[in-house]
Amino acid sequence: MNSTATLPAGRFRLGFWTTVFALLTIPFLAITFLRFSKGLGAVTNLSDKFPWGLWIGFDLLCGVGLAAGAFTLTAVVHLFNLKRFEPIVRPTILTGFLGYIFVILALMFDLGQPWRIWHTIIYWNPHSVMFEVGWCVMLYTTVLSLEFAPVVLERFGFHAPVRMIHRLITPLVIAGVILSTLHQSSLGTLYLIVPSKLHPLWYSQLLPLFFYISAIGAGIGMVILESYMSKRAFGRHLEMDLLEPLARAMVVALGIYGLMRIQVIVRNGSYADVLNLTYEGKMFLLEFVLGVLLPVGLLAFRKLRTSPTWLVVGAFSAVLGFVVNRLNVSVTGMERASGIRYVPSVMEVIVSVTLIGIGMAAFALAVRYLKIFPEEKPAEEPEPEGS
Amino acid sequence: MTVGILFDMTKCIGCGACADACKEQNKLPGPVEEVTTAYTWTTVEAREGQYVRHLCMHCLVPTCASVCPVAALHKTPEGPVVYDADKCMGCRYCMMACPFDVPKYQWDRAIPIIGKCIMCTSRVKQGEATACATACPAEATVFGSRADMLKEAKERIRKEPDKYIDHVYGLKEAGGTGVLMISGVPFEKMGLKAKLTDEPPAMRTWQVLSNIPDFVAVWGVFLYGVHWITARRDTVAHHEAARKGPDTIDTTHTGRPS
Ligand code: SF4
Ligand code: SF4
Ligand code: SF4
Repeated sequence: MNSTATLPAGRFRLGFWTTVFALLTIPFLAITFLRFSKGLGAVTNLSDKFPWGLWIGFDLLCGVGLAAGAFTLTAVVHLFNLKRFEPIVRPTILTGFLGYIFVILALMFDLGQPWRIWHTIIYWNPHSVMFEVGWCVMLYTTVLSLEFAPVVLERFGFHAPVRMIHRLITPLVIAGVILSTLHQSSLGTLYLIVPSKLHPLWYSQLLPLFFYISAIGAGIGMVILESYMSKRAFGRHLEMDLLEPLARAMVVALGIYGLMRIQVIVRNGSYADVLNLTYEGKMFLLEFVLGVLLPVGLLAFRKLRTSPTWLVVGAFSAVLGFVVNRLNVSVTGMERASGIRYVPSVMEVIVSVTLIGIGMAAFALAVRYLKIFPEEKPAEEPEPEGS
Repeated sequence: MTVGILFDMTKCIGCGACADACKEQNKLPGPVEEVTTAYTWTTVEAREGQYVRHLCMHCLVPTCASVCPVAALHKTPEGPVVYDADKCMGCRYCMMACPFDVPKYQWDRAIPIIGKCIMCTSRVKQGEATACATACPAEATVFGSRADMLKEAKERIRKEPDKYIDHVYGLKEAGGTGVLMISGVPFEKMGLKAKLTDEPPAMRTWQVLSNIPDFVAVWGVFLYGVHWITARRDTVAHHEAARKGPDTIDTTHTGRPS
């Protein structure tokens, strides 16, 4: 059970963040009011020259990407049948679900007329990637809530529907993996339409694949980070025997991704920007060092992988690098063609931060009242099997 | 028949009659602004001793229409690319995707819509010329079928080859456009987009999107197959173990927490 040493520290941290987020609520409500009464121009730094900003680059692209741990782990457990990972499936599904809710809430701010979001259901345009994105959000959120429903239903003692969902788990997981694959890659496909605008350091016909693989890598990184944060907040132990092989998978995913990125950049000649350290070149380096070189370089070593501190450092770096990458594609890489520099307004940032806070609060509540993490068991015999 | 507009930069006198006529025809509020906005669909800009007009190019394969998730933008059979404000949900993908940066947004409205030149579609449907072409006193903006406009453009270049750059802007740009332009100064210098692909950008996403049904089928069968194999291996292992004795059953593998 919780050691008495970690508990007060945990309480303090939660209290601190709760206060921060509680204080943010007031400006958040004011901004929400301004946004819906005066329009997007009143609260954002968006303009005709730069129509997509932080809410797309961070909230949508990163929110969806970092939820990738959910489909990866459900596939590992239910399709590849590696049942020993089962204990960390629930928290990842919960993160995935909250991640998608975060995305939908952010879209409520970003769309000009969010009350028309259901128009994608009746007015079809299968030629539009955004149409695909919309459908993936709707369907995958449904799948995630079904995958998570047993946890809630169990709590209230409804066992019949739980049994039904359990029976349907394989088709459900397969649907989830397919939808995620489509959705993660479609966010990259969104940018295939701007060959004349997106900087060649990021533009490539392989964008859908890049988005997919990097999301798997960073999604696993998120799973590791989450385990660590819940350890700190709730005084749990870190499941090193499960996280170590996950870190290996992350190294492989990010390694493949890194090599492919380098190939594209060498082939289209845009490495010149890196060598000359242009603005784009520097941002690329930042992204590549954080998102690929550091995590792969560190966690390729067993010694570092099995050390909780280094494991967390590597995972954190991968997630940071992922965020920088998505912002580079959506902001940095588009700036030159637009002719202006876009920096989000304070109000845009407050909305994003508050939405993250709401997600974290929901996670904490769920952990407290539902059975998200397995009961702490006496140490199990270590698994000899790899992968 | 696809209609077109020919704009001749060397002939334009910068009077601004086209921009005024556009405001009036489309009942757009306010005076003509410096740059195009949701309320000013065309502007006339002085550059390099000539004048250039900014307006929607009415692409033959419009990128904006291909990206709109709710099909609020579409190309009419006559040629104009039009907008249905009742469908639009304001995702602004059209603005992001348009290779000519044409669609503009009502950033100052609580219920905003997109604004862009619709080539006076109601006039065009009745066989009339656009308001801008009708207003132009200098034959700088002319209207007709795209084929005729192309012929006219080439004719003008052929007659005075010293005066013109030997290129019709819009012939191939982004897959070809309904609005064609000719100039005496290189087009990039006039603020027009260079580096555009000849192939419509919409083809690039369609290559990916059209493969989705196949992908779903193959990926689905593959995943189910993986599940089938691993689950089967599990059952077999279980049976074998059961035959040898209960001690060897590896419960950590198959046990589900209840
Ligand atoms: S110029 Fe832009 S807005 Fe006009 S039809 Fe082409 S893609 Fe659409
Ligand atoms: S902003 Fe409106 S018209 Fe433009 S792509 Fe989105 S829904 Fe379509
Ligand atoms: S009306 Fe004709 S001459 Fe006057 S600005 Fe427009 S295109 Fe040029």
